Amino acid sequence: MKKIIEGPAYVLGNNIDTDQIIPADKLMYSLSDPEEKKFYGQFALSGVPDAQSGLPKGQMSFVNEGEFSSPYKIIVGGNNFGCGSSREHAPACLEIAGVEAVVAESFARIFYRNSIDGGFFIPFETEVSVYQEIETDDILRIDVEKGTLENKTKNKTYNLKPLGDVADIIEAGDIFQYAKKAGLIKT
Amino acid sequence: MGMTITEKILAAHAQRDRVEPGENIWVDVDVLMTHDVCGPGTISIFKKQFGKQAKVWDPDKVVIIPDHYIFTKDEKANRNIDILRDFVKEQDLPHYYDVGTENYKGVCHVALAEEGFNRPGEVLFGTDSHTSTSGAFGLFSTGIGNTDAAFILGTGKLWVRIPETMRFEFTGEFPPYIMAKDILLQVIGDIGVDGATYRSMEWTGEAVMSLSMEERMTLCNMAIEAGGKNGIIEADQVTKEYNQGKTSIDGQFYSSDSDAKYYYKKTYDASKMEPVVAKPHSPDNKALARECEDVKLDRCYIGSCTGGKTTDFIAAAKLLKGNTVKIDTYIVPATVEVEKDLSIQKIEGETLLDIFKNAGCRIGEPSCAACLGGPADTFGRTQGEEIVISTTNRNFPGRMGSKKSSVYLAAPYTAAASALTGHITDPRKFL
Ligand code: SF4
Repeated sequence: MKKIIEGPAYVLGNNIDTDQIIPADKLMYSLSDPEEKKFYGQFALSGVPDAQSGLPKGQMSFVNEGEFSSPYKIIVGGNNFGCGSSREHAPACLEIAGVEAVVAESFARIFYRNSIDGGFFIPFETEVSVYQEIETDDILRIDVEKGTLENKTKNKTYNLKPLGDVADIIEAGDIFQYAKKAGLIKT
Repeated sequence: MGMTITEKILAAHAQRDRVEPGENIWVDVDVLMTHDVCGPGTISIFKKQFGKQAKVWDPDKVVIIPDHYIFTKDEKANRNIDILRDFVKEQDLPHYYDVGTENYKGVCHVALAEEGFNRPGEVLFGTDSHTSTSGAFGLFSTGIGNTDAAFILGTGKLWVRIPETMRFEFTGEFPPYIMAKDILLQVIGDIGVDGATYRSMEWTGEAVMSLSMEERMTLCNMAIEAGGKNGIIEADQVTKEYNQGKTSIDGQFYSSDSDAKYYYKKTYDASKMEPVVAKPHSPDNKALARECEDVKLDRCYIGSCTGGKTTDFIAAAKLLKGNTVKIDTYIVPATVEVEKDLSIQKIEGETLLDIFKNAGCRIGEPSCAACLGGPADTFGRTQGEEIVISTTNRNFPGRMGSKKSSVYLAAPYTAAASALTGHITDPRKFL
C-alpha cells in the first residue's frame, strides 16, 4: 500500500453514477487483453455531462483527446460516488486511467467493495464535504497512515475517515491476497 | 434482542447463532448468477487467480443468463457470449440459458424467478446491481463485482458486512391504480438515492403482503436505487405457490422478530398513495404524475426487469385496449416466458399482443434492450434529445443511450396513460 499519494485533483459533484464513469456502450472491451484494456482509460468518466466535468468550472477533460491515461491522480467527489450498476469496469477504468485515490463524502456500496476487493485504488471518505472547497488542478497530498488530505494549493488540511476492517484487504492488495494471507484459500 | 430476516439468513450461512450490524463475516453462497456483461471479466479473474485448470466450487450453484447485449451486430458484444459458451462447456455447467437456443430466457432477474432459483432463506449473489430483486422471495440477495464473483466461483464464500435494516410498512390497502413502482418511487423520493446506502430495505405490512410475486420483485429490484444492499420481503403462501413446480427446494421461511433492532422505521397508509414519477436525471427526483401534465413526451418505453413482467403488460394493456398511442411506444418483454404470455393472456377476448399491436406499439425481443442504452442498434435506444416515459429503473444522464435525452420513470399504468395522451398523465383519467 502506498503511504503518500500526491497529484492534481479532478473534482466532480454528488451522485456520480457508473454510467457516467463508464457508459454502457463502452463495456464491450476486454479487461484482460492489454491492447483493448487501454480503451477503458480513454473512456473513463466520458459519460459525465460537460458542465460537471472538472468542477467548479466544468468543461475540463479528464483524459485528453487521443490519450489513454489521465494527468489526474486523485478524484474528489461529493456523496454517493459510484452509485448505479455493479460493473467493475467502473473502478477498473479509473485505475487504468491512472487514478490512485478517490476521495468522496460517501460511496455507493458496490463501487466501494469493488475498489477494495479488486485492489484498484483506495476509496477514502471525508468527515465533511470537501468537493466544494477543492478546485480541479489543485495539488493534493494524501497521507494514508495519518489519514489526512492536504490541499497544497489552498493550504488546507482535512481528516479522512479511518478505513476500518477493510484496511487489511487494502494492505494485502486485494481480496485474493487477503484470503491467502488469512489461510482461507490455498495458493 | 431479536434479529431481522436479513440478519437471520446471514447468521445461518456463517454457522452462527446471531450477528450484529457492522460485523464482517464470511458466508456460504447458495447461488451465483452472472450475465454477458460481467461474466467474461469474472471468468478471466477466476482463471488468473485459481489457475487455468481450476474448477468452479459447485457447478449446480452457478447460473449464467446472457441478457444485456443480445440482439446486436456489435462484434465485441457477441464475443462475450462466446466466452460464456466456452466456459460453460469446459466446466460442464448445467444452468446456462444460451442465446439463439430454446433455452434462452432474457432478463436475468426475472429468469431467476421463473427458473426456481429464488428459494426462501438462501444467499444469492449476482454480478448485477438489481440482483436485490430476488429478495422478494425472503432470501438475501445482492449485487457484486467481477472480482467478488470470481472469488465465489473458486471458494463458494464471500465476506459481507451485516447491514442495518430499514423497515417500510404499508398498512391498509393499495388503491387499484397504484403499482409497486409508485410505492417505490415514493419511498426513494422520501429517503433519497443514498438514503439506504449499505442497509437492508425490508418491506412489510398487509398491503405489501397482498402483492403478487411480480410486484414484490419490483419493490426489491430498486433497493439499489436508494443505495441499499438488499431488499427483502418475508416469504409466505404467495411465495410458496409461485415456486411450486419451479423448484423442489422449499427453503427456510424466516420472519423478523418483534424486538429486532431497526435503523429506521416508517409506516405509510397504503390507501393514500398516488401515482408518482421520477423526473430526470435521478430516481429520487419525485413528483406526482398529476403535477407533471405539462411535460410533453416523444416516447414511451415499457420493459426491463422492473417493468417488463407479465403483470406490468396486463396493466398497460388495460389502458391501451381499443386506443391508439400518440407517441412512439416500445414494448419489451423481460423474458421469453413473458413474451409467450403476451400471446396467451387476454383482456375481453383480445390477447395482450394484439392490444399492443392494434394500439400502434412496437414490440421488441426479450432482453434488457434500451434499459441500459447499449450498442447503437439497440431496440428503443435514445439517439438524441428524446423525452421518454419509461418503466425502467434508472434515469441517470445517458442511461438509455443519448446523454441529451431525458427519462421520466413511472409505473406501467402511468406510462400507458401517457402514451395515449403524449404528455405525462395520471392513470386515474383512464381507469
Ligand atoms: S433490464 Fe435493465 S436494470 Fe434490469 S438487468 Fe437489464 S439492464 Fe439491468
